[in-house]
Order: sequence, then C-alpha cells, then structure tokens
Amino acid sequence: MPHRTFFWFILPSALAMLLFIAFPLVSVIVQSLHVEHEQILVTSENCGPFGCKQSTSVDVEATAKLKDAAPLGRFNSLGTYMDRGHLATAEISQAWSTTDSWRAFFSRVMNLPFYKALAFTLAYTAVVTPLVILFGLAVALGVNGLPKLVKGPTIFISLLPMIVTPLIGSLILYWMIDADGILGKGLQYIFDDPALSLKASPLLTWLTLFTYGVWHGIPFAFVVFYAGLQTVPEETLEAAMIDGASRWERIRYVVIPYMGPLFVFVALIQLMDNFRVFEPIIGFSAQANASSLSTEIYGDLLGDNAQYASAAATSMLTVIGVAILLTPVLIRTWRDFNRKAV
Amino acid sequence: MNMFKTAALGTVFAVLSGTTAIAGCGIGAGNVSIIANDFPAIHAITDAAKACADDGLTVTANMTKEHQTLNAPGMSGNPAEYSVAVVANSSIVALLNDGLIRPLDDLIAQYAPDLPNVNKVTVDGKVMAVAFMANAQHLFYRADVLEKAGVAVPTTYEEVVAAAEAIRAAGIMEHPVALNTGAGWNLAEEFINMYMGTGGELFEAGSAVPTIENENGVAALNMLKSLTEYSNPDFLTFDSNATQALWEAGDTALSVMWGSRGAAVLDNEGSSEDVVSSTVLAAAPTLGGGATPATTLWWDGFTIASNVSDEDAAASFQAMMVGLSEDVVKANQDAAVWLNPAYVATPASAGVIASAEAGANPYPMLPYVGLMHSALGDNLAEFLQGSESAEQALADVVAAYTTSAKEQGFLQ
Repeated sequence: MPHRTFFWFILPSALAMLLFIAFPLVSVIVQSLHVEHEQILVTSENCGPFGCKQSTSVDVEATAKLKDAAPLGRFNSLGTYMDRGHLATAEISQAWSTTDSWRAFFSRVMNLPFYKALAFTLAYTAVVTPLVILFGLAVALGVNGLPKLVKGPTIFISLLPMIVTPLIGSLILYWMIDADGILGKGLQYIFDDPALSLKASPLLTWLTLFTYGVWHGIPFAFVVFYAGLQTVPEETLEAAMIDGASRWERIRYVVIPYMGPLFVFVALIQLMDNFRVFEPIIGFSAQANASSLSTEIYGDLLGDNAQYASAAATSMLTVIGVAILLTPVLIRTWRDFNRKAV
Repeated sequence: MNMFKTAALGTVFAVLSGTTAIAGCGIGAGNVSIIANDFPAIHAITDAAKACADDGLTVTANMTKEHQTLNAPGMSGNPAEYSVAVVANSSIVALLNDGLIRPLDDLIAQYAPDLPNVNKVTVDGKVMAVAFMANAQHLFYRADVLEKAGVAVPTTYEEVVAAAEAIRAAGIMEHPVALNTGAGWNLAEEFINMYMGTGGELFEAGSAVPTIENENGVAALNMLKSLTEYSNPDFLTFDSNATQALWEAGDTALSVMWGSRGAAVLDNEGSSEDVVSSTVLAAAPTLGGGATPATTLWWDGFTIASNVSDEDAAASFQAMMVGLSEDVVKANQDAAVWLNPAYVATPASAGVIASAEAGANPYPMLPYVGLMHSALGDNLAEFLQGSESAEQALADVVAAYTTSAKEQGFLQ
C-alpha cells in the first residue's frame, strides 16, 4: 500500500485513539503528579439539630485563592507513587532493615494496601487465565462433537455466563453461596459442617472469586475456540486417523498446534481483563478478604473526600502492570510475525 | 439536645410555614433540580415539591444511591446542573469544602422566617443546610428471646455480650448478635459509634491530626470483636440489608441497626408475627461505664447550590419548603424521624429519640472525617478476623489516613 493511502486509511482511527485514549491517559498522568492544595482550616461554632460545637471547617475563600493561582494543585512529582498507599518505598525499606526473616518481612509488606491488592490481582490472573483457556477448549471440543440437533441450545447455554452482566452474575452467585442459599446449604450438607461459610475466611473467599472468574471467562474462550475448530482442515485429521492416532493424539498433535495463534489471542485478552478484576469483589462483598488494583481506585474515588491523585497513580501503576504482563506474549507474537515475514 | 427533643416530640414549636400549601405553591418562575438519595422519606419530599411545577416553574429530581459521587461534579459548573442537593452530615462536607453551596440566611428570612433553630445547620454563624430528619444506629432486641434466656434488657454493650452468651448457652441461637460490620463504610461507622461511646475524640481540636491510637480506640475495637464473636461468621459482609434480613428471618435477637430501618422491621411484610410483635427498639447501649450512648446522630437536610441564579435559588428553596410542609410529614409519619412540629413519635422512632435524649454525639461534620472513615473501613477487618492486633490495626488506620490527608492538603 502506498504511504499516502495508508495515511488516509489510518487517519480516522488514529485520531480517535489520540482523542479517546492518548489524551485521557496524559491527563491521568498529569493528575497523578499533583496533589490538592493546602486546605486552610478555620475554627468556628457550628450548630445542627443536635446542638452546637466548636468545629473546624475549610476557609473556602482563602483556599479558592490558592486554587486560582495554580489550578492543577501542588506539584508532587512521583511522591504519590512512592507513598504508603502505592509503592510504599519508605515502608518497604524500613521493613527490610528491621525484620530478620523473610516471613516477617513478607507479612509487613502484605500489610501495605498496594501490595495486598497486587497479590490478589496477580493470583487471580495467574489462576483464572490458564483455567479459562483449558476449560474453554474442553467445552469447545465437547460442543463440536455434539449432534446438530442439540448443538444450538448447548451453545446458547454455554454463552450465558458471558451474557449476564458481571455484577448481576456475581450478586446472584453471592446469594446462592450464602449460608441459607442453595449452594451454601448444599456444601454444608456435603462436608457435614453446619458452620461452613464461603464468605468468612480469606482462602475460601479467594477460591470463590477464582471460581466465579473461570465461570465468567469460559464462554469467551469457548466462542473463539469453537470458531477455530470449524477451520481445522478435515484432511489432516483424517490422515491422522488413518495413521492410527487416538482422539487425544489428534487434539494434541493436530488441533492444538493449528489453533496456536488463537491461544495467544485469548491469553492476551484474558490477562488484560483479569488484571483489572473488579466486579466480583464488589458483587461478593469480599472487600474484607480481597482487594484488587481496580477496587483500590474505586475506594479512592468513592468516599466523601475523592482522592483523585491517589486514584490516578494507581491507574498508572495498573497500566504499567498490564504492559509488563503482556510483554512476553507480545514478544512471542512479534517473533512469529517476523518468522512468517521472512 | 433539648432542641431535638422538643421538635421530635412535636410540642412547643411554632407551625413551620403556613403559607406554602396552596395549589401552584405561589413560587413564581424558575428551575428546581434536585439531587438526592433514594429512600421513601425523600420521595415524599420531592413528590410534594414536584407537584408545584407549573408553566414558569420546572421541578426535576435525580434520586440515586450514587448521589454522593454526583452532587459535587453536578454543582461545580456555572450554572450548576443541580440547584438542590439533599445531603447528610457526612456528605455536606465535600460541598462545603469546595464552596459549592450558598448560605441560606436571606432565603430563610424572606420565605421561612419561622423556621425553628433545630432545622438550621450553621457553619460559622451562616445557615448552610435545612435539616429535616434524624437518624442513628441503636439497639433492636427481641423481648421474647431475652425473657426465655432469663436476661434483662441490656443498656450497656457489656450487658449485650452477657445477654448474647446467655442466649447461646440456653441453646436458643448460636449467633444472636448482628451489627453492620461489612468491611468498608459500614465497619468504619461501627467503630466511630463505639469510639464516641468511650468519650474519645477522632482528631486533635482544631486540626486534622488523628488521635485514635489510644486505650479508647483499643477498647472500642475489643468490644466490636466481642460482639462479632456472637455474630454469624459472615459478619464482614453485613450491610443494612443483610442485618435487616437476618432480623426479619428471626435469626438474631440483639442487633444494632439504623433507626430508619425501624418502620420496615416493624411492618407486616417479610417477617413473621412472632418476630414483629416482640421486636423492641431501644437507645444505643453505652460502653465501659460511660454515660453517652455509643452511637452517632445523623441528620438529612437540603442545601442550595452557589452557582445558580438567585431566582432559581429562591424557587428551589421554596419548593423544598413545600416538600417539608406539615401535610407531607403528617402523611408520612412512619417514613422518618421528622424534625417537624407535626411529627408524632412512633414505635419505629423510639430508638433514635431515646439515643438523642441520652446525649449521643452527632457524627462529626469535619472536612477530613471522610478520609478517616475510608481509612477505618479499609484497615479494621484483619483485627476482627484475628490476624492482627488492635494496636496494629489502629496504627494502620493512622498511617493510611495520614497519607491521604497529606495528599488532600489537610496535613503538612
């Protein structure tokens, strides 16, 4: 394609990317480098329905002057990134110098909000992504082998977890695993333990969230793999059968290598999605036992005082995290691409 | 406190405003746009305000649980998207901090000169909000269960724990206690309630320096832990809906819930006759021999945006006052503990009024209390699960609060 044509061809989408992705990203970066102005406090008598009290409030006029002078706030450089709510460099080095065992050091680090959230986020990504690919392939292979008559309804049912809004899906499951819900009662019956509760301990909560993640992720992998299976050449499969390959050997040596690029694709999407895990933690009211980078951002913005700088810094760290996570997959894709080009 | 008592019991005060209930309301032209939380009492108010709409006057209301995240952005523009925000003593702070709401003294003098002091929320002598209802968390108990277990009605949290033990020992219930201990906002609120009962202060007077790392903080945490030991193991997920469901199912006998849940608990829906007939609402218990109920008093009220024209502000104020008129209160007696002379106390409001009369503290209306609330909500669960000491939990709260207060400019 001539460069000129290519330029005009790509221009609309490049403009859209600049407008909707690059500019907001720059604004988030700028925001993460600034913190709020000093708030000028005044003490006065404040009254309400329940009596009067000496109380503090913000001197709005004086603070507004500061804001007009520098609308972005105080420049804080990377201060927000390094504070206790994020990378906590000072706390980490202090923990390093004052603890004498790995265990003690580790427990000090895990007491810091960012690392606590990162630990769950990474665990979730590491467990859910491979399981989604595995089960997605299994479901695709299973459905592909069904007779035509039942194929349609089965595909529809298999897609349901993806069709249901994530928050609603997790809320429904949350009610089902309640001690009085059908799954919760069922588990109590199976394990013969009337005190068993999936919501009470960190370990069981994590397992529940992982299970939800896999349940919710399977349909996407299934659809992609099912489409891929339709393109596997019949001749190769038949040749393998003539050579005496079993069903497992045909999958292992024909189907899986053929669908390689699809695995990479699903892994990419799933890594990105799972690293931003959010809805199940809210839906399952699991904040006591699990936090993710996304719920940290949500928490910063939620309260009566929205903390934009802190939320922006966590967002940037999430972007960096996704980039690091995707690097191996992208390098592999790049190599494959180059190999084909030669 | 006397102000509250007299208004809530509806005795002395002059009639709110006799001139507002005429058809068309006589407000004149303007735009009234309300952002508010979504519950029945507020629906009653906005419905009455909407009925005032005529050719020159438009009244719209956006009622959503997310009102807190929407009101500040919606009032920052000029002209503001919303002319009225219905807030509570916690959520008014964000609007005050940014100067988004206007003093109401002139409007009150012109349109509601008889407004009782109990309805005025003043900051530095200027009325910034008109409060219309009160709320607090307090004790709900099952009279029949306490009788069966042979214990008297508890008035202190130590007695609540003893009563819970008696109920468990008698084999009536394994988990008789429930509080809104869900990690996050709810758990933080329980801690603040408990801490207020110990007589502790959250901050140094006149500054944003936290003062919760003391024996009062530890005592408050230890009492929360003793109570949760008699709660269902899922207690870290409990919000108001969960504790109300447990109560209505007859699974708990000693709960601390919001007064605003009283009417729903005492109605004939969602529960059995046995539970409803023996449910009693009482003042919040005290703690550690103190005399102050371990709870915080809340108000809901309306504010008017700074960035709207004076005409719209006047129309908004009058429309809201129509919403707060005696007729509305009389028709919705069960919906709230109204701060209005026409309000007659009902069994559903007994707990809030008893707590207020016993001298409970209001939830602090401080510019930085929201940061403390968030820090508490994020850092207390591990202590209640037994994986962290009370001192460590409080140290974590202070560290998290200090970090965010510095970035918000409250601490240097």
